Order: sequence, then structure tokens, then C-alpha cells
Amino acid sequence: MRILIKGGRVIDPARGIDRQGDILVDGDRIGEGGGADRIIEAGGLWVVPGLIDLHVHLREPGFEYKEDLASGTRAAARGGFTTVAAMANTSPVTDSRAAVEWMVRAAAERGVVNVLPVGAVSKGQKGEELAELGDMAEGGAVAFSDDGHPVANGELMRCALQYAAMWGRPVISHCEEPKLAGEGVMNLGYWSTVLGLRGMPAAAEAAMVARDIMLAELTGGHLHLAHLSTAASVALVRDAKARGLGVTAEVTPHHLVLTDEAVNEYRYDTDTKVNPPLRTAGDIEALVGALADGVIDAIATDHAPHHRDDKDVEYNYAAFGISGLETALGLVLTRLVKTGRLDVMGAIRALTAGPAGVLGLDRGTLAVGSPADVTVIDPERKWTVDPGTFASKGKNTPFKGWELQGRAVLTVVAGRIVHEELA
Amino acid sequence: MGRLNSKDVLALREMSAEEMTLILDTAESMKDIIGREIKKVPTLRGRTVVTLFYEPSTRTRTSFELAGKYMSADTVNLATTTSAVVKGETLRDTAKTLEMMGSDMIIMRHPVSGSCHLLSRVLKCSVINAGDGMHEHPTQGLLDIFTMRQKKGRVEGLKVAVVGDIYHSRVARSNIWGLTRLGAEVTVTGPSTLLPPMVEEMGVKVTSRVEEALEGADVVNVLRLQLERQKGGLFPTIREYSRMFGVNRERLARAKPDVLLMHPGPMNRGVEISSEVADAVYSSINEQVTNGVAIRMAVLFLLLGGGEAA
Repeated sequence: MRILIKGGRVIDPARGIDRQGDILVDGDRIGEGGGADRIIEAGGLWVVPGLIDLHVHLREPGFEYKEDLASGTRAAARGGFTTVAAMANTSPVTDSRAAVEWMVRAAAERGVVNVLPVGAVSKGQKGEELAELGDMAEGGAVAFSDDGHPVANGELMRCALQYAAMWGRPVISHCEEPKLAGEGVMNLGYWSTVLGLRGMPAAAEAAMVARDIMLAELTGGHLHLAHLSTAASVALVRDAKARGLGVTAEVTPHHLVLTDEAVNEYRYDTDTKVNPPLRTAGDIEALVGALADGVIDAIATDHAPHHRDDKDVEYNYAAFGISGLETALGLVLTRLVKTGRLDVMGAIRALTAGPAGVLGLDRGTLAVGSPADVTVIDPERKWTVDPGTFASKGKNTPFKGWELQGRAVLTVVAGRIVHEELA
Repeated sequence: MGRLNSKDVLALREMSAEEMTLILDTAESMKDIIGREIKKVPTLRGRTVVTLFYEPSTRTRTSFELAGKYMSADTVNLATTTSAVVKGETLRDTAKTLEMMGSDMIIMRHPVSGSCHLLSRVLKCSVINAGDGMHEHPTQGLLDIFTMRQKKGRVEGLKVAVVGDIYHSRVARSNIWGLTRLGAEVTVTGPSTLLPPMVEEMGVKVTSRVEEALEGADVVNVLRLQLERQKGGLFPTIREYSRMFGVNRERLARAKPDVLLMHPGPMNRGVEISSEVADAVYSSINEQVTNGVAIRMAVLFLLLGGGEAA
């Protein structure tokens, strides 16, 4: 099957391209030349490499009532993502080669986008003994992370960074000093004081970012920092990059558009409960700046779908997390690009070449011969966030009812159309 | 007679000065009813009020119950120690069930901040917050203010010191919002580890020197210290707390000679308050209990009552 996407604005940050043109999908690769089985008129649309999300929770196996490989990857396709990295905090935990290989097979059978397994750093994500990172790497794990459970043990983190480097894999760190974060359910600051909720100080994240950067320096390993949320963390990463250390970082859309004041505005709605917590306007400013100048490499959703039973309870008892795959692109385009805080190239880079670079993937570009993962975006399309229409089982979003502009209208994975809503 | 703007009383932060004044004024006439030989008016006949307490309480629960009974409402008390949702029915389901049984109002105390907001979203009937986590305890705040107004003849311009564990105190938060909105000048004081971050942005003065906070105060409201906070490392010993931050005769001498000393009770004598001044508190404590019933009658009446106060 040859699909010609014709006359769109082709934006390919990996090659520094932003111009009118055609893209030919030839089987599972990007091709060239004419002659197509289907021609898609893309005038007024953006044609970009398939979006890559470094950080999703697909919940299968073990928590299929929250999400499964089929629903999670459909949500990805709907959001314009063609590749997602699936975190290991499933049940059982993805901490063995068998589990990694199962994930690869099951995702190929039931998933509609590329699913890249992230293996656990420690057995059972217990933070005690190193899992079989080498075996998992050979089985297809693209990175290692105990995400959801910060690696409190510095020696374990040191070994993980050093050991994973043998396979050229990053260790993804969920930075949180557990004692400092304590039983916090939101950012520590004015609003936690007013609302009487326990707060997690920004220092709980930054202290761990500092430790992990020092360990990256010590070991020469590749540290990838998940969901940065504070200005202090940004400063540390900026410095580490300036010193040429093997450090990369991501930020979520919700940390770029919402502050902790949302917990008040939403009157304790648990859809605002997320870890790391929503921070302050000053943090957002630092995060957007770091995205614009490349200190932060990628926008990742930390897609954390939950069943309403896990959310429709008292604030302290509710699960952390936001279902993010289907709102990410719209939020970035509406709140960052349209407002002029991030240019189009920077935004698309953070969703394509940026994350591809973090994992060393041969994706995230529309160069001839690359995998035929393509996303077509209608930058003008206005839509309202309605969790009822989500493909994800997780309807937990603080963006319900938000008016957004710009969305994915065509998602192509390995030459196959997995999502289409062309006008 | 005026009305409250909401079907619920969740937080003094969400209440205007006019609404608070309306409650305080209404409580004056309610207090007359409590003073009568026959303490019963038919105002809320046929109305059902449920107290739902997920934390132990005698004072607050009893005063709500009496407030309802004095106005002829049917009152039902539901106490539960099972706060963990995993143990059984969810809060939402419990509340829905109570509403379906015909309750006109649910008065809830809960260990988690914001739980009354959850309830108010789910229910059509009125919800009164009788203390939610570290957030607010609006009727306690109102009764404190009511007592101040009664003793001092005004609220505006009063210098009020709130002393102790501000961080974990819902009483402190309700005092702060209520008093500042009504024009009082509030200073909060306690060890720095028990002062929540950026509390000054709530419109109060903040100091860790108790002496400074008490200087020239018209009212000193001493909060109860939860002794288990010491184990959490927030202050070194009870002894040091008492020595550095306890309210005693010497420190109290810095306040105005006619200072009104208050404590929401129960007191830890010799800890946050020394015994010799604790006895002075008792002069206002009995009054406080009566005022508590009056304030709660006022709130019940304004939310549920149709006509004029009897």
C-alpha cells in the first residue's frame, strides 16, 4: 500500500525541515517518487513524524480495569502518538526477559501503535536488588525504570546506571526523596496551606535530581529524568548538560499548563492529584524555557489512566495520575504554541526527534527509508475535551471541558492508518 | 432576614463578611432560646439532620445534635471509626444512602481535607463541615468569633493572637479567614515547624516569638497541641515546647490587661497552656459551650428554616 500525503506543511525537526511538500508512505517505510493507491490532500495540515511518548502506563498485565494494551494504544493513536514506552509498574512487574518479551508479543497482537517496554530497575520494583537488566535489554527493553517507586537507595541507582550503560540503555528516574515527599498529595506551598492538604516540597524532587546527576557523572551512565516539575530541577539539568553529562529530561503537558492553584479552583477534584504534583507559575516558566532552549528533550504524557473507583474518593485516598495521551498534543498547541511561548519546530521536536534521541530510536523523522510512522495535524481544528469520547479507559483528566485548537487527524503506524478523522 | 449564598457551610474562606455577620446575629436570638426553661421551638419540625462522624468528637457532635433538637428537627447520629475506604462502603455511597433516606442535611467530620466538598458535589441536601482534616472547622471559627464579639463588643480592629500548631489546625484556618474578613488583626505564632508555608499570604502576621504575638493582644486563642507531632520530629520535646511556646502568666502579661483567653479544648495543661492561666480560661469555657450550640442553631436555621426565628 502506497499512501501519498500531498501538499501539507512537512515539519521534520530531525532534519531541520519545515516546508510545503509531499510524503509518501510506501509499505512500512517512508518512500519517494509518485504513484499511490491513496492520495490524501493535506493542504493546510501539518505532516510530522509519528509522535513518540516516552512515558505511559498501559496497566496491562494486572490492572486491565484501568487500561489495557488495546485501549491504551488506541488512545495513543487518537492522540497522534505512533510509539509509546510502557512503564514497568504492572502486576506482575516487568522485571524479567519473559515479561518484556510477553509485552512485545501482546502489544504486536493487540496494540495499534509501537509499544516499547521499559524494564524495572529492581526486582519487583522493590528498590533492593538489581533486576536482570542485560537479559531484558536483549529481550527488547529500551530503558529501565522503577517509575512510581523512587529508587531511594543511592547505591542501587549507581549500579543501575553503570550496568545499564553496557547495553546503551538509559535509566529513567522518577525523582522523589521519599521522606521529604512524605505523605504529600500536592505541592507544598500557599495552596497546600490554605487547603490543609499535605504538601510535597519542590526540594523533594530537586534533591533526588541532584543525587542522580552526580551518579550519572560518577558512572558515565545515561540518566533520563522523568516528568520534571520544578525550576530547581531545571537549573540542575541545565548545569549538567552544560558540563556534558549523559543526562536527558522530559516534562508532561499538565506540568506545563496547570499550577497547584487548580486544586483550589477544582474544589479538591482528585483529577488534579498527580505525582509529581502540579507546581507554581514560576516552575512553569522555567519548564517552558527549558523546552524552548532544548534543556528538556521531550514532552511525555505520563499517561496514568485510572478507574473512577480509584479517583471518586477523598483526596488523600485517591490515586495519583492523569489520563494524558488524548489531550497532550492539543494542550501543547493551544497553550504553548498558539500563545507564542514555544515555536512550532520546538514543540514538534519535543514530541518526535527529542524523545527518539533519548532512546536512540531510528524513528522520529520523515527521512526516506525511515519507519512509516506519520502524524497529520490539523492546527486549526477546534475541539472540546470530552473524556466520554476517550479511547482510553481512564477518563481522569483535569482538562474536561477545555476548548483546544489543533489535533491529530491522521495517524499512520508502519504504513497502516490507525486513526483518521480528516475533514 | 437574610440568607446564606450556598446550600452548604464548608469553609469560612468561602463565606462573605455579610454572611458571617448574619450567622452571628442570628445566633444572638438563638442564645435566648437556650436560656429559656422550655428549650424547644418548632422551627425545624419535620426536618431530618444527620451527623456523620469519621473522627471522634463529643463537643461538636453533641452541640449540633442539641441545636437540631432545640428546633424540633429529627437528629440521627452516625459514628464510624472506619476511615479507610478499602474497609467498606465509600463515602459517596454512604452519603447517597443517607440522602435517599430523606435527610435534609448531613453534618460531617472527616480526617481528610476536602471531604465535605466531595459530599457537597454529590448531594442535593445541605452539607455542614464539622471539621475536615487540616482544612477548616467553620462553626468552631464562628463560635470563637461570636464569643470574642460578645466579650469585646466588636470584632473589627481586635488584635487576636492564635498560638500553637497552626500547620495541622483546621480551627486556626477558620479563625484566620473569619477574623480577617471581619476586620480583626490576626497574628499566628508557634514553632517554625508548626507554621505552614506562606501563611502570611492569608493576611496574618507571623512570628515564632510568642511574646511578640501576645504584645497588646485583645484575644489569645491557644490551640490544642497534638502530642504525637513530637514523634514526627516537628519539635524536640514536650518540655521544650512548653518552655518556649507555652502560654503562661508571664507571657500573658504582655497582652492587654482585659485579655480574653480562649482554647477550643480539651487542654493539655502544662503543655500549650500553664495550669495557672488555664483556670482563667474556664471563665469563658462554659460560655463557649453555650455559644457553640447557638451558632449551630443559627447555621441550621439559616440553611433549613423557612420563616422567622421563633
